Amino acid sequence: MSMVSSFSPVDPNRIGHDNRVAAAEAEVSGRGAGGPAPKYIVVSYGFWIFLLSDIVMFSTFFAAFQVLAGQSPEMAPRFDLNDVAIETGCLLVSSFLCGVAALCARRRNLMTTEFFLLLTGLFGAGFLLLELKEFSSLVAQHMGPADGAYYSGFFALVGCHGLHVTVGLLWLGTMMAQIWAKGFRLDILRRLVCFSLFWHALDIVWVGIFSFVYLMRFAP
Amino acid sequence: MFGRLTWQAIPWSEPVPLIAAGVVGLFLLAVISWVFVKGYAPYLWREWITSVDHKRIGVMYCLLALVMLLRGFSDAAMMRSQQALAFHGPGYLPPDHYDQIFSAHGTIMIFFVAMPFVIGLMNFVVPLQLGVRDVAFPTLNSVSFWLAASGALLVNVSLVVGEFARTGWLPYPPLSELQYSPGVGVDYYLWSLQISGAGTLLSGVNLVTTILKMRAPGLSYTRMPVFCWTALASNLLIVAAFPILTAVTAMLLLDRYLGFHFFTNELGGNPMMFVNLIWAWGHPEVYILILPAFGVFSEVIATFSRKPLFGYRSMVAATMAICVLSFMVWLHHFFTMGAGADVNGFFGIMTMIIAVPTGVKVYNWLFTMYGGKVHFSTPMLWSIGFMVTFVIGGMTGVLMAIPPADFVLHNSLFLIAHFHNVIIGGVLFGAFAGYTYWFPKAFGFQLDERWGKCAFWLWFLGFYTAFMPLYVLGLLGMTRRMQHFDRPEWYPWVLVAGAGAVLITLGICAQVIQLAVSIRNRALLADLTGDPWDGRTLEWATASPPPAFNFAVLPNVTGEEPYWGMKERARALAHLLTTEPSYEAISVPRNSPTGVVTAFFGVFLGFAMIWRIYWLAGLGFVGIYAAFVVFAWRDRSEEEISAAEVARLDRSNRMMRSSVLAEEAS
Amino acid sequence: MVARRFAGRHRNRSASRVLALVLTTMLVTGCRGSVLDPAGPVADGERLILMDALGIMLVIVVPTILTTLWFAWWFRASNGAALYRPTWVYSDKLEVVVWCIPALTVLFLGGLAWTGSHKLDPMRPLQSRGSPLEVQVVSLDWKWLFIYPNQHVAVVNRLMLPVGRPVHFRLTSSSVMNVFFVPRLGGEIYTMNGMVTELNLQADRTGKYPGLSAQFSGDGFAGMSFDTEVTSGSSFDQFIEQARAAPAKLDDTTYKSLARPSEGDPVQLFSNVSDGLFENIASRRLPPGEGPTSTGRPYGSTAGED
Repeated sequence: MSMVSSFSPVDPNRIGHDNRVAAAEAEVSGRGAGGPAPKYIVVSYGFWIFLLSDIVMFSTFFAAFQVLAGQSPEMAPRFDLNDVAIETGCLLVSSFLCGVAALCARRRNLMTTEFFLLLTGLFGAGFLLLELKEFSSLVAQHMGPADGAYYSGFFALVGCHGLHVTVGLLWLGTMMAQIWAKGFRLDILRRLVCFSLFWHALDIVWVGIFSFVYLMRFAP
Repeated sequence: MFGRLTWQAIPWSEPVPLIAAGVVGLFLLAVISWVFVKGYAPYLWREWITSVDHKRIGVMYCLLALVMLLRGFSDAAMMRSQQALAFHGPGYLPPDHYDQIFSAHGTIMIFFVAMPFVIGLMNFVVPLQLGVRDVAFPTLNSVSFWLAASGALLVNVSLVVGEFARTGWLPYPPLSELQYSPGVGVDYYLWSLQISGAGTLLSGVNLVTTILKMRAPGLSYTRMPVFCWTALASNLLIVAAFPILTAVTAMLLLDRYLGFHFFTNELGGNPMMFVNLIWAWGHPEVYILILPAFGVFSEVIATFSRKPLFGYRSMVAATMAICVLSFMVWLHHFFTMGAGADVNGFFGIMTMIIAVPTGVKVYNWLFTMYGGKVHFSTPMLWSIGFMVTFVIGGMTGVLMAIPPADFVLHNSLFLIAHFHNVIIGGVLFGAFAGYTYWFPKAFGFQLDERWGKCAFWLWFLGFYTAFMPLYVLGLLGMTRRMQHFDRPEWYPWVLVAGAGAVLITLGICAQVIQLAVSIRNRALLADLTGDPWDGRTLEWATASPPPAFNFAVLPNVTGEEPYWGMKERARALAHLLTTEPSYEAISVPRNSPTGVVTAFFGVFLGFAMIWRIYWLAGLGFVGIYAAFVVFAWRDRSEEEISAAEVARLDRSNRMMRSSVLAEEAS
Repeated sequence: MVARRFAGRHRNRSASRVLALVLTTMLVTGCRGSVLDPAGPVADGERLILMDALGIMLVIVVPTILTTLWFAWWFRASNGAALYRPTWVYSDKLEVVVWCIPALTVLFLGGLAWTGSHKLDPMRPLQSRGSPLEVQVVSLDWKWLFIYPNQHVAVVNRLMLPVGRPVHFRLTSSSVMNVFFVPRLGGEIYTMNGMVTELNLQADRTGKYPGLSAQFSGDGFAGMSFDTEVTSGSSFDQFIEQARAAPAKLDDTTYKSLARPSEGDPVQLFSNVSDGLFENIASRRLPPGEGPTSTGRPYGSTAGED
């Protein structure tokens, strides 16, 4: 054992070592040093990192919106907050139902999982429909993205979120088909976890959007 | 039906791009025909194109980088020769060509040479140094590579079909808006970047997860090689910065395609916002490039000084400090935009603060050599060349970080000299050092040393001859991107710079010859043990090239410099390797065409969007989605390598190593 | 033998003399027209900071480079005299020094950067007894327009300035971004459509100084050079008289035709500049220049130049 430490270069701060007996030093130490993590951890962790990057992208759109809106406050439309409230409700309920679906999946119950995933999708689609309605009404009032920088920022930010929801629905449909065809295989369950993370993250981004885009202009 | 694509998109009336495209096309045809005629196609498809092995993908990234270096350098040679000829004359490149060439030069060098090179090296080396079998998401890795290749393909297609951007490598609006750039050039640029940028982001996610969650038993953070630390910092920067590029590129695309007003002159658009956002990505980008190069030098200098790296802890601290600080300096790219003294002063000081950890690293390398036994191998020459060159580049950077100094140097050739100084002297020298250092690991034979040294000296002298005059020209008041000029005091320096470009051309020729000679003499240059340099990190514990599974049994790490410790023990215990482990079957990820198919449709998507052929773009999108679904639908994601096969592969390497160790002792 | 030695030394001395002469000539002629040859207080201040900072950093950089080469050479494997210390990987004292040298340098230079940014802020007016000369600058595709609002005259592609008098510039662009730069007077500043940037300069020596745009602005960018002529006060007044007598007027119509893309424009004088023309350009009441679409360049092709 003493041979081990005599070949290690001398570091008075003994990084990576305990200060205990040399024998113990030969053992594993340090966080995460027990070998590669199991696959389900690696997959979720990686997806979290991806979500963080996605949030950076949304932040960029947020920042651009704030700059352009701040420059041209006179362009700000009168938003129908009722619609926004219903959209928010749809998305929140959709997220909740997604959570329920995840619980059903944990119990490996095919029918209930598919049922709640379907409801998740329907509420998500409801959100999208309301959003499209809002977009078309804005365009009709000459407040479309080509009519001014404020609207460009708005449509890009809210539209980016809507695009993510659309892609999410596509993903959801694919997952539903997969679970139906192949059952609750481990890799399919891992993907379901990723989907849930994605769906909940979109909810969080929406909270940011309705606070800063729709509500803040009414703050004193 | 074909959007804006017409036969006029091909430059029938311009000999230069037509001939260039013709030559390249013929060459490609020749290579592809040779591959098919010799029957290599199934091998290539099976072992490389559909490979999800990080080693294969790393090699392909580096190959892409080297090929694109030829294209990017041709652009540079054309720029230098144009300027040498355009004194009181038009030169041979009309403005609209010259503008495309310098824009393509910058775009290609940053996105399709430097990025793939460092990502390729990280891809190849990091899992081996961490003692694991592959990255966290192997198929995603393949997708990332092929998306990068698609971006490169699109940029090159613009040479023949249509035009490239004429805005410089960062397309500042309003010049890049539809009104002032109505052609397809900026669209080629934007779609190429969106596609390859997506790949890079996914690669960043992949490597961060790998480094943080997948390491050999006993390999705690503080036992990781410094190259892995710099890879971690660089990939964290990718994850944090590339989404900004995606968003800004999307905003400019929205402006150009759907009439949005993010950066237009009218209806409230804000071109300054583009400059801010793009540099908020742009500055971390250069640190994404340089940090892995720093990592390479840390490995190379330690190995060829026969000493561990000096000051491991401060190296790590410096690396992570650079990672964080790189996000706080972006305004130094436009001090002259009139932000005011307080803002300029703040960013100037922040920029200088980044010089502190960088300086610390230089001193740590210095003291690694101190007390060592320095071998002047080719990688070590590149490293010493870097240490001398980068310090000069860093100094001129700190000079320009002082706003009043920048007020006379912004956008001048002084700036060009500075960033080429740090990118060539830093990133490229590091890439070449890494390429030479890890080539034997990848291919089982070393590169020819004589031609390697020759290439180094030609590059080194060529670099100084080409770029030191640019410092002078900047001080003489010459600005960048000039298609012609008429100031006589600039002319001699422009000529000297042109001569430097010739020397660099010779350096590149030397590197091509080096590769050819090494392949021809590969039996003589063979790396039999897997450890040709007496290395200190775990990648040298595998065979050259390593088997698909990297390590038969994941190494158990018990100290810093895990591999060096193992070797020293082996030498002390009378050159006995540890007893043979019990071999088990190993599951490796199955190859998949997902990457190449996704990229194939990606190219269609990009090309179609550029030319506004919307039905084709839709088809491309559907194809990508279908590829994703097919991948998701597969039942078997892994292949098993039997215990017997693992044993056979491992035993042959162990026997080779024992015999070499026995020879050493006697 | 002694004679031969002397002859050799004599040859060496004259050779080095020639070399010194050549280098000096290069430097002297090289310095002409450069950033290192200021003709005004702003450029002078900027050059001083540049040289000071360079000097400070060379003190660190040159020893570092020399030490690198020295260590690499002394500790080469074939040098048996060098002490091999394979386990020397850390030193408290060295850590302190290695962090402190760059930190102290940066601290010093940071102070220089902060004070310099404030002292040489382009928006900071220069000390003067009289009122500064007002000049309004508009960058067009691909030429420069200089308006003297108080004198109601304007010039294309030549900037006339009186010696020794501070000049207050207000700058904007008619279309894309450019950078106004006269190297010997110092102080670059961007010009952007819809925005006004400010610059304060002064020329202390008469002469003709080259000026250019330092932000790439399109195919005609290389031709955006202009001369800055600094003359005595009376010559400047003469120039104003000459401009006032110019037949061409600068109003909205002439401005719009100027805003169309063109290259190689000759120096042109304008009299009777309409009041508030610059403000109209800067506030976009006069719309931005149209760019290449107005030249009818075919879409999506690399077909030849105008």
